Amino acid sequence: MASGLHDSTIQNPVIRWVDQRLPVFTMMQKEYGTFPTPRNFNYFWNFGPLAVITLVIMIATGIFLAMNYTAHTSMAFDSVERIMRDVNYGWLIRYVHMNGASMFFIVVLIHIWRNLYYGSYKSPRELLWILGVVIFLLMMATAFMGYVLPWGQMSFWGATVITNLFSAIPLVGNSIVTLLWGGFSVDNPTLNRFFSLHYLLPFVIAGVVFLHIATLHITGSNNPLGIEPKGPQDTVPFHPYYTAKDSVGIIVYLIVFSVLVFFTPNYLGHTDNYIPANPLVTPPHIVPEWYFLPFYAILRAVPNKLGGVLLMFGAIAVLFVLPWLDRSPVRSMRFRPIAKWFLLLWGVNFFVLMWTGAMPAEGIYVTIARLSTAYYFAYFLVILPLLSKVERPLPLPESISRAVLRGGGHLHGAAATAKPMEKA
Amino acid sequence: MADTLAPASSPDLGNAHGPEQGTKRDFLKLVTGSFAVVGVGAIAWPFIASMNPAKDVLALASTDVTLDHIAEGQAVTVMWRGKPVFVRHRTAAEIEEAQKVPLGELRDPAPDQSRVQREPWLVVVGVCTHLGCVPLGQKPTDPRGDFGGWFCPCHGSHYDTAGRIRRGPAPSNLAVPEYAFRSDTQIRIG
Amino acid sequence: MRVPTLKAAILAATLSLGLAAPATQAAEGHVEVPNTEFSFDGPFGSHDRAAVQRGFQVYKEVCSACHSMYLMSYRNLRDIGLSEAEVTAIAASYQIQDGPNDNGEMFERPGRPSDRFRRPFPNDNAARAANNGALPPDLSVIVKARQGGADYIKALLMGYEDPPPGVTLMEGMYYNKYFAGHQIAMAPPLTGDGQVTWADGTQATVDQMAHDVSAFLAWASEPESDTRKAMGVRIILFLTVLGGLTYAVKRKIWARVGGDPVT
Repeated sequence: MASGLHDSTIQNPVIRWVDQRLPVFTMMQKEYGTFPTPRNFNYFWNFGPLAVITLVIMIATGIFLAMNYTAHTSMAFDSVERIMRDVNYGWLIRYVHMNGASMFFIVVLIHIWRNLYYGSYKSPRELLWILGVVIFLLMMATAFMGYVLPWGQMSFWGATVITNLFSAIPLVGNSIVTLLWGGFSVDNPTLNRFFSLHYLLPFVIAGVVFLHIATLHITGSNNPLGIEPKGPQDTVPFHPYYTAKDSVGIIVYLIVFSVLVFFTPNYLGHTDNYIPANPLVTPPHIVPEWYFLPFYAILRAVPNKLGGVLLMFGAIAVLFVLPWLDRSPVRSMRFRPIAKWFLLLWGVNFFVLMWTGAMPAEGIYVTIARLSTAYYFAYFLVILPLLSKVERPLPLPESISRAVLRGGGHLHGAAATAKPMEKA
Repeated sequence: MADTLAPASSPDLGNAHGPEQGTKRDFLKLVTGSFAVVGVGAIAWPFIASMNPAKDVLALASTDVTLDHIAEGQAVTVMWRGKPVFVRHRTAAEIEEAQKVPLGELRDPAPDQSRVQREPWLVVVGVCTHLGCVPLGQKPTDPRGDFGGWFCPCHGSHYDTAGRIRRGPAPSNLAVPEYAFRSDTQIRIG
Repeated sequence: MRVPTLKAAILAATLSLGLAAPATQAAEGHVEVPNTEFSFDGPFGSHDRAAVQRGFQVYKEVCSACHSMYLMSYRNLRDIGLSEAEVTAIAASYQIQDGPNDNGEMFERPGRPSDRFRRPFPNDNAARAANNGALPPDLSVIVKARQGGADYIKALLMGYEDPPPGVTLMEGMYYNKYFAGHQIAMAPPLTGDGQVTWADGTQATVDQMAHDVSAFLAWASEPESDTRKAMGVRIILFLTVLGGLTYAVKRKIWARVGGDPVT
């Protein structure tokens, strides 16, 4: 072998030639072929790959939409309807993109929930978690700007309200808003820059996703037990075990996605966005897209403008420091009898926030939103730090393979003759 | 008992099965794989189709041209489907010249009658069949090439008074669009 | 505790959807719109072309005096079963502004199938001026743009009533049960049976006209809907089979290590 070449184990001479010079194939085999992965993942571990698939779907459909979209206030609405009516399969591509945003958030929210439940954010995976929160933030920015592009009433007024949040910043707030708009109201310059950024950010997301996965492959995956694999008996190679399992999840996911796209494509949207933007008339009820509702509820729960904005951003910011708020050495909530219930309550509370976000900001809804907001933060800032000290976790299993045997009681040897149980 | 488990993280990527079991699984894998390939192929189609002309482009309006103000020997250029169309009112001399050329001399043989609906009016798409430039010859001051028709400045193709290629790199005659006489003084292209 | 996995995930997803959308609807505060049975309801429903054609006639003879449908072209009518000759004739019955001609002037010519539906007013201000200051909305996507969709449109057309005691209507306004705020500037458009005459012999009752024009507007808002649903059925069937196969493969693969453990 010539010196300086990578020592490739690949047999095929052509692939080997490339691999010796650019060892991507070796890398793929190492990271996705033989990569030792805990053998006890449940289906919650599908949601990472599902998020990647969704990002790919969004970028592909987005590129083709951009071929037909016109980013000008006088033509944006019509160009979207032209895509729906005249472009071959334009309606399909647009509805996939539009509902894909919702699917992306559903997947990522479940993915985040899985992390909270199984303590995946804890050492040594803090950076992995932080990169995930960065992705979540980028997704929200991308989704917000994308929603402005069809230039309907909700696009326009959503853009107006959200950009006005920045006016809460003392002293420079108004200058910042003018800078964001490129004028004195949301108008053509705003639409153009939002289009530009909406096209750019997904590629930034893809970059951070790469880092996210690179980090994951240094520490290895967490698992439902929250204990590290102790040897080969605790892991399986990623391929074919998890490629197969993820494929099942992907197909189920595509079925759910298809139901939305083909039978109720506008269910998650708002009817007002089929009215062309009118800067003179605000719709009677401005409601953001559903995935912003919890944060919108937090914003409105505070009677002070700056306070509301700070708290809303704080709701994300607190996630960045979560690994240092929760000091309990036990990862999986399965072994944390008290914290588990507080987390489940936090999950319910998240839906309550979402619901109040959709309700008018008056009367009982404000009270509920305030209580929910208080609990959202209390869980991270008070309950978790406190429980880290006082909670007595259940005994952890010795190893994954032991727990698998004891917990399931139906695991057979590799040369099993009995029918293996399969529960999802 | 951990020792009953296969050393699962061994680099063996799925060949540890008996022959019988293997056949069944391989067939299953093959069917599943084929289905998946069909699915991925089907996904690609809408994206490719979306790049073809949209329905509104295909239905694009035809263009009407009024002829009464085009004097003999003059020509007008109109836009049709984003391309120039040359409408030329030919003189008797030009018609005669176009008709008397022996077909054998032509690179893309076509009699003059097949190029026009009414002799004085030649309607051709004004796009050189070589690489898509617009030939000169519409304005009275333009060079009309060696054969009195059009001359493409990009690579020197010469067209005659029936829009046929006579010299230069272009492979075929200027295309005749679909058109119809609506009256003696008006045609509709498209 | 055994953690619910996939079920929980699906539940969570449905819950979030279920919560968000009805909540936004509840916030609107409209009167409950009665449900009309349309042929295109549900995942397998499709447009009744005869009804859509009748509805187009209602739009053409009644609504189009004030309401534009600028996203529609005459050629689109081919999709509801009109022949090429019929579409050409309908298009030619309108005078469409074109130009400028060689003298730099705009001129009118008979419409062609590729033309957009002619707008009743040259611009929004002219429309307002002719309608007591109220702008008749464009109807191209009206069914997508209103809560309740076609049900709402039909209810609105049928919802004119005398105002209840104690309600004073503003000048030039009409009372409508289903309109937000109940005061609508549009005069009752469907005034009596037989307002249009349908070639297929269907009795043109007010109810039938309201139903058919709503069906037409629903089609115009989502002309892809029939294709979409048909494609959806095929794709979901395909994915179900592929899903079953993939699941079988996955089971076989995991059988090598004694099955996918549930922990």
